[in-house]
Amino acid sequence: MIVFLSHLINGLSLGSVYAIIALGYTMVYGIAKMLNFAHGDVIMVGGYISYILMFNLGMPWWVALLAAMLVCTLLGVLIEGFAYRPLRAAPSLAVLITAIGVSYLLQNSALLIWKSNPKSYPSIIEGSLMLIKGETASDSLSVTYISLMTVGACVIIMVGLTLFTSNTKMGKAMRACSEDKGAAQLMGINVNKTISVTFAIGSALAAVAGVLMCSSYPTLSPTTGSMPGIKAFTAAVFGGIGSIPGAFLGGLLIGLIESFAKAYVSTQLANTIVFAVLIIVLLIRPAGLLGKYVPEKV
Amino acid sequence: MKKFTKIIALVLCFALIAAFAACAKDGGSETAAPAGDETAAPAGDETAAPAADGEAFKIGLVGPLTGPAAIYGNAAKNGAQIAVDEINAKGGIQFAYQAQDDEHDAEKSVNAYNTLVDWGMQALVGPITTTPAVAVSAEAANDRIFCLTPSASSTDVIDGKDNMFQVCFTDPNQGTASADYIAENLAGKSVAVIYRNDDAYSQGIRDTFVKEAEAKGIDVVYEGTFTDATSTDFSVQLTEAQSKNAEVVFLPIYYTPASVILKQAADMDYAPTFFGVDGMDGILTVEGFDTSLAEGVMLLTPFSADDPNAKDFVDAYQAAYGEVPNQFAADAYDAVYIIYQALQNAGCTPDMAAADICEALVAQMATITVDGLTGQGMTWDESGAVSKAPMAVVIKDGAYVTP
Repeated sequence: MIVFLSHLINGLSLGSVYAIIALGYTMVYGIAKMLNFAHGDVIMVGGYISYILMFNLGMPWWVALLAAMLVCTLLGVLIEGFAYRPLRAAPSLAVLITAIGVSYLLQNSALLIWKSNPKSYPSIIEGSLMLIKGETASDSLSVTYISLMTVGACVIIMVGLTLFTSNTKMGKAMRACSEDKGAAQLMGINVNKTISVTFAIGSALAAVAGVLMCSSYPTLSPTTGSMPGIKAFTAAVFGGIGSIPGAFLGGLLIGLIESFAKAYVSTQLANTIVFAVLIIVLLIRPAGLLGKYVPEKV
Repeated sequence: MKKFTKIIALVLCFALIAAFAACAKDGGSETAAPAGDETAAPAGDETAAPAADGEAFKIGLVGPLTGPAAIYGNAAKNGAQIAVDEINAKGGIQFAYQAQDDEHDAEKSVNAYNTLVDWGMQALVGPITTTPAVAVSAEAANDRIFCLTPSASSTDVIDGKDNMFQVCFTDPNQGTASADYIAENLAGKSVAVIYRNDDAYSQGIRDTFVKEAEAKGIDVVYEGTFTDATSTDFSVQLTEAQSKNAEVVFLPIYYTPASVILKQAADMDYAPTFFGVDGMDGILTVEGFDTSLAEGVMLLTPFSADDPNAKDFVDAYQAAYGEVPNQFAADAYDAVYIIYQALQNAGCTPDMAAADICEALVAQMATITVDGLTGQGMTWDESGAVSKAPMAVVIKDGAYVTP
């Protein structure tokens, strides 16, 4: 039982990291209707910036986090302005390829600046909360503070984003752009500015995700963001891409499935099982668990 | 339509120019003094050429100077450099030496090897890691260039190639030796294995370990795998190992994932004896890693910096690079001396072609016996595998000590 519960906690910890990345993916997709494959690499940049500030310059973690958010926000707006804005009218395939290009650009720039030697990223909060105290370590159940913090951050971000998009003026503009860019422009909404803000928010979330992810899973290298990026994208699709609660749910489920598959089926088949479940879900619910299926009007 | 024909014409023109350029390049590399930078000695700061062509043997090294296994590559590069400097200072046979980076990637390794062949390399020390070594050894077997890898330990590296030799012991030897060591010194303890199943090195050691463990009656209670893509989270594998009460966790993997395992095990209060092989070497030098987590980790290594025989080498290395050399440095140092001794015995001269030197050295390797830092009385069998005894060390206060 204890073992089952520890796997549950492992799965939730992993899932919360996927969820926090998936929130950024889904935010950008939901509004700009484009898949920002460079999202995972913005996370990596956030990880490096915070690593340098915390461990080379000795700043407290919250300063490093805020600085990383600032740098990533700027980076996100720059990427959007230079790489995606000129392609606003282009077919979505062109934007997709560009996003992959930006992803490689970021990875290789990081390789040039920080070299490919992986760094060990010490957690911003050490220690764990004892849930069940047993006689030996294998009888007790504990959860690390960083996992609790990641889940907490996910919930706060999810609620914050939902309130932001439904209640503020900018949020309304975002939803309008998501429905119909042309009509939104006719109503006097500055589409370019709205999408820039979307990218700014998405990238700031990526910085938060970077710090929390590296704290939980402590290797940092230029390719750190790519695999979790793909998994989180899967999570976003799983939960229904574009849906903010869907990203959260999808992330947690992917993390849980991965952990349980590793524990009870085979460590070798874990990824196969994750993607098999994704295929099944998409066969039954093509728009994902919480996604809305919008029929194409002809 | 007119515009289209124009574009076609333009494209054809470019193709023609490119074809001519390619011809010129091929011609250039055959002449004695090429002008293009394609064939000029690359990476000037890494060359140490005491003599002009024909007066010194050209020795190349291919290894990961950057990337996840950079600690090995740089240690080997520096260790070989010390041996080259010592030999050149003696007079007699002279070496020109150059190291190329492969980032622990098979394709980049072949490119690095080709760069060295263009430079005129007559013998290769390397590649340092297994997967690149498998790729390069196939090329070198065709090109007839003598290869002596300091540390690529899989049998795939030497299988079917008569001109490829190893300084380190092979994976079967490491897996078997680890099982023997655990059976003898950690008798009666249950063992878990966590290995990387998309890596020939890790899989190879695990296979022979499990086989020998069965023969020796070691209780292997859990086996967990991971791949390159899942090398950041081991919480599930560790929870399973812990729940099955494994007292020893055998890690036939490289130090980067091992550093994550040590951290996550500490987070969950799981403190078995971690037992690594040569891939664990380097764990103490990972940037940002809390070395107190590695206290008590055991690893199989042929080299200990405490060894009195190694004192001169350790001093020279520390003076030049400011750190205590690891086994990769010692392996590469030995590799250069093995080539030196074989060249001397065979009576080779630097003006001989690489292929002739290769045949002479291959013949020598069957009979030669070398006393090195990584083992006394090293001999080689026909396959290219070395015979010497492995030993284990334990990490205490951030240094290797013999248990």
